[in-house]
Amino acid sequence: MTTETLTLLGGLVGALASGRIRVVDLTQTLTPEFPQIALPPEMGQCWPFRIEEVSKYDERGPGWYWNNFSCGEHTGTHFDAPIHWISGRDLPHNSVDTIPVQHFVAPACVIDCSEDVKKNHDYLLSVEDIERFEAAHGRIPAGAWVLMRTDWSQRQDPEAYQNFDETGQHTPGPSSEAVRFLVEQRDVLGFGSEAIGTDAGQGYHLRPPYPCHYYMHGAGRYGLQCLSNLDKLPPTGAVLICPPLKIQKGSGSPLRVLALVEG
Amino acid sequence: MTMPLMRPKRKNPVLRTQQMNLPPAQRGRVALGITAAAAEGRFELQQCEDCGTVQYPPREACHKCLSARLRWRAQSGEGELCALTTLHHSNDLFFRERLPWRLGLVKLDAGPTLVVHLHGEVGEAPARVRVGARLDRAGQAVLIGFPNEGSPHMADDKMLREMTSDPKFRKVLVTDGKTPVGQALVRALVQAGADIVWVGHAEPWKKTGGLEDITALPQVTLVPLDLTNGRSVSELAGEIGGKVDIVINNAEVHRTFGIGSRRGTDVAKAEMDINYFGLLRLAQEFGPALKGRSADGVTSATAWVNLLSVYALSNFPPHGTFSASKAAAYSLAQCLRAEMRPAGIRVINVFPGPIDDEWNQHMPPPKLAPAGLASAIVKALRDGVEDVYPGDVAQEWLERWRDNPKVLERELAAGG
Repeated sequence: MTTETLTLLGGLVGALASGRIRVVDLTQTLTPEFPQIALPPEMGQCWPFRIEEVSKYDERGPGWYWNNFSCGEHTGTHFDAPIHWISGRDLPHNSVDTIPVQHFVAPACVIDCSEDVKKNHDYLLSVEDIERFEAAHGRIPAGAWVLMRTDWSQRQDPEAYQNFDETGQHTPGPSSEAVRFLVEQRDVLGFGSEAIGTDAGQGYHLRPPYPCHYYMHGAGRYGLQCLSNLDKLPPTGAVLICPPLKIQKGSGSPLRVLALVEG
Repeated sequence: MTMPLMRPKRKNPVLRTQQMNLPPAQRGRVALGITAAAAEGRFELQQCEDCGTVQYPPREACHKCLSARLRWRAQSGEGELCALTTLHHSNDLFFRERLPWRLGLVKLDAGPTLVVHLHGEVGEAPARVRVGARLDRAGQAVLIGFPNEGSPHMADDKMLREMTSDPKFRKVLVTDGKTPVGQALVRALVQAGADIVWVGHAEPWKKTGGLEDITALPQVTLVPLDLTNGRSVSELAGEIGGKVDIVINNAEVHRTFGIGSRRGTDVAKAEMDINYFGLLRLAQEFGPALKGRSADGVTSATAWVNLLSVYALSNFPPHGTFSASKAAAYSLAQCLRAEMRPAGIRVINVFPGPIDDEWNQHMPPPKLAPAGLASAIVKALRDGVEDVYPGDVAQEWLERWRDNPKVLERELAAGG
């Protein structure tokens, strides 16, 4: 045995090198074409991702290529901190710069709702779905991410991804009861989704409006949205690495979300 | 009779695209007075305030009584064609490429005698004609003798089409098809005989009404275009830039805030990002292709239209940040005009008052109907003018602004 495998991290490094632990990227690429969350036009708006060349080996900088970019805290694949919602505004350590960094590395349970969502774009994850998941894969441990797999991220066309009609957006999310169950009964770390928000597109009409934001952030839990590749994760056993940018009093941030998967 | 313009054949792709040689563009400061009036569609000459003489060419003083009190006055242009000639040879490159070319000598009823370009429907001298001023491809005023009564196709006259930007058979880009103004523009352009109308479509996932109706028109193609996204603009320019004859930039963000009524700068930035930077991005990407095709046959690239606002002249505080963004756009449009003019492309700035749309819901009438604005823009293209102030409110503001900008500033601060 080499010294590498004698320590925990050494074992991890060895497993990564040998492929016994794989790294799966759960992140959408930041492009100007990726849609941003849409609010009524009289409200403040989240900036979409925009990028401009500073120079590209040209008269603006002969030997180097670089860009300036702009976006909102909630653009692309991003992290929601408790301070994002009014229900979490007074909690301690509620912004991305003060969240304990241990929370940025945590296990994930993946509940597959992709078949239901195919039939119903407004599908709401229910408590029964969670119980069925637990019956098959065991109890969701405290401090774990719960990720709702919908395969929504496979909609490459922004129009299909946003899925608006005249009554608004139609994307899946959790029911109010499911969110309360996850927070109160399972003490989860946060909720992750593939659509533009952790709440369903019609979440404004639930009670309370946007229950995932309201209850998760009100309890100091987090959100991840615009995730992809959830179909490449096992139901349990994956570990997420998802540290947001350290923005002072930041309500969230775009980030790279990686999953460590065994085998 | 003017022969109606026939749909031109497709361009032979192995032939070199003809480049522009501009007509003589030099004018003295005084002579630019004719250009200033022609840019707004008027024919003006100097008239002496003391002895009443109307004179041409423009001078520093009255040629009759030497008074310096000269005023520019709109002219009816009525007069008598005394003589005409047809040029079959010219050493000037612009005319050499467009021979034969008819010129006439007209004695205006108001007094002076002028050399004018002659419309094809003007017959032999002597004849009654009406002289009008137009901007030529160099952007300078020239005088044209029109027939007293023209035929329905008189706009298709070969000489006149050199002076105007008629959308007939041309390919047009309208940068935003989601607004009532954009949709009215598309309809007006199709009505005016445009060959193709490309219609910009930003954030396609946000469904707004009316798009289906215009996309059903056979001339219309929706194209992805988001003026806040440089890559979107350059991609579209790469795809269709070499075919666009007329750019109409109607994309705008309009919110109704002053400084104190809205916290932060996000709304003002959104307005600037489309209204000012959007124009800059569009001009950088589409400008060069347009400039390269300004002499490309009867359906050459010809014009660039900016939808500004009469608030660009003087800030309307209830819409203060919007006004500022339009003032910035106006300034940039002047720069664009200076850069496009040497290539023979006309830049038309349109300064409407309040448009009858959702962001002017609280404005009392009269408000400019989108269809009215659209027809004013098509008319501006046909007439070849540079500055348009469509509607009663815009006309009235312009008059007040010209009369005394400081007084107007005070009046607008007091609510209009």
